[in-house]
Amino acid sequence: MSVPEVVMLATGVVGGAAALLVVTSRNVVHSALYLVVALLAVAGVFLVLGAEFVAWAQVLVYVGAVVVLLLFGLMLTRAPIGPTGQGNELGKAMPLAVALAVFAGLVALIVTSYGGEVIALEHVPPAALGEVLYVAWALPFMTLGFLLTLALIGAVVIARREEGEGPLPEPDPDEPEAAEASPPDSSSWPQRQPEPTPDEREVSA
Amino acid sequence: MATSVFALEPLWLALLLQALAALLLFLIGAVVVGYLEHKVLAHMQDRLGPMEAIWHGIGQLPADGLKFLQKEDIIPTAADRWVFALAPAVAVVPGVVVIAVLPFGPGLWLTDLDAGIFFALAASGVTVLGTLMAGWSSANKFSLMGGLRGAAQLISYELPLVLAAAAIVIQAGTLSLPGIVEAQHGFTLFGVPMIYGIPHIIGLGLFFVAALAELSRPPFDMPIADSELIAGHMTEYTGMRYAFFMLSEYAGMVILSALATVLFLGGWYPWPGVGLPEGAAGMVLGFVITFAKILVLSAIMVWLRATFPRMREDQLQRLSWSVLIPLGLLNIVLVATAKVWF
Repeated sequence: MSVPEVVMLATGVVGGAAALLVVTSRNVVHSALYLVVALLAVAGVFLVLGAEFVAWAQVLVYVGAVVVLLLFGLMLTRAPIGPTGQGNELGKAMPLAVALAVFAGLVALIVTSYGGEVIALEHVPPAALGEVLYVAWALPFMTLGFLLTLALIGAVVIARREEGEGPLPEPDPDEPEAAEASPPDSSSWPQRQPEPTPDEREVSA
Repeated sequence: MATSVFALEPLWLALLLQALAALLLFLIGAVVVGYLEHKVLAHMQDRLGPMEAIWHGIGQLPADGLKFLQKEDIIPTAADRWVFALAPAVAVVPGVVVIAVLPFGPGLWLTDLDAGIFFALAASGVTVLGTLMAGWSSANKFSLMGGLRGAAQLISYELPLVLAAAAIVIQAGTLSLPGIVEAQHGFTLFGVPMIYGIPHIIGLGLFFVAALAELSRPPFDMPIADSELIAGHMTEYTGMRYAFFMLSEYAGMVILSALATVLFLGGWYPWPGVGLPEGAAGMVLGFVITFAKILVLSAIMVWLRATFPRMREDQLQRLSWSVLIPLGLLNIVLVATAKVWF
């Protein structure tokens, strides 16, 4: 076996083992950390195949941002250390069957398409990738960018605070209980002013 | 263009030397900048700083290293042992790896990757995993808060850092770090040889502010705010594992200063258009010039630490998302327009 083949096999074994651990680990944070190993192994595969830029993009986007965001969410909601052992209503058989079916389908597809064909490894410089993306495939690439921007704006709209949500309006200062509960100098603190409702705006106008 | 001095035969010898050189540069850079921080900070606060260890306390950091070595390595009972033990290594390894692509002089780099700047930014982004792992596995509320703040901060400031670097890549027309230095060497602004830092003053500012935040250094030290979080994700660490986190911070200062030097300050050339002598003399001179620029930038980082109060978490997030990122996007549009125009 040549050096690239050995490295490819090694990244495949490491990545596959890490991927298995992601789904079998009883601790969700451990799963996320195994996912890091699996994603790094994928970057390694890209590297062996000569797609240097794609490999670093994989590290920057998936390891540096996506998994960090995932871990951030997990730590915010599942802070205690230890197994979380949550059951899944689908059980184990169903996901296993789906995973095996997808794997078998992919293997069949790849073997029938490329079976026996040997593709020579060559280093792809970032400039060549840029030419393919921005010249030959410019329209699909920009369409994809537009779609992602739309999704981003959609996410912002959904997450945005709507009228009537958020902190309650300031208590009435004439009410004795509220005045007693608040510290004496609270009026000097910077406080969030509630957004005026459409009705109030009309009145003030 | 010059090839690396490490382009040797046989390959295994070259690889071994490269790994050794990366480790040495990492340690020396971290110790020099650590000493710089001790002394500059002390003089800014009108005190002497370390004075006893050899001449002007120059042996203070190696002595600290020895002290860390003999301290007991404590792992809290409630901690997640493996994650806790691995976190300092995860924080250190990306730094050592990034050193490999940094050019410290003509031919003085370990490897020249086609996508060098992209690799450096991608790999240094992995450091945050160490912070998160340490914060979560310590089973300590202060650590967890520190880890969470660190993650939120690093995600926010990764974007302006990459955007600022992208503008320079557009200007230079290459992603390779030695390539950027050479492109900058030939750059002229209205006929006058000029470093990128002057026309790209917005980019330089963005990069420097984002770098400070990536390093969690004051005024962006919310993740390790000592008055409220003790030491953030490092609270439970002792001995060598704690020293690893400190090493990764100081080495991070060297790495990001070196990247800023390459991108904005002309790399190993004293000024664009001014050449260096051929051969070994040029290499030594280039190394001295690069390191001088790195030390000046690191000293500015220390200066800012002595000057600014800590930013609050919401101010910090607002600064990134509503000032730096829009500015970074605008900067790219401006640079691309100017590049096509001229």
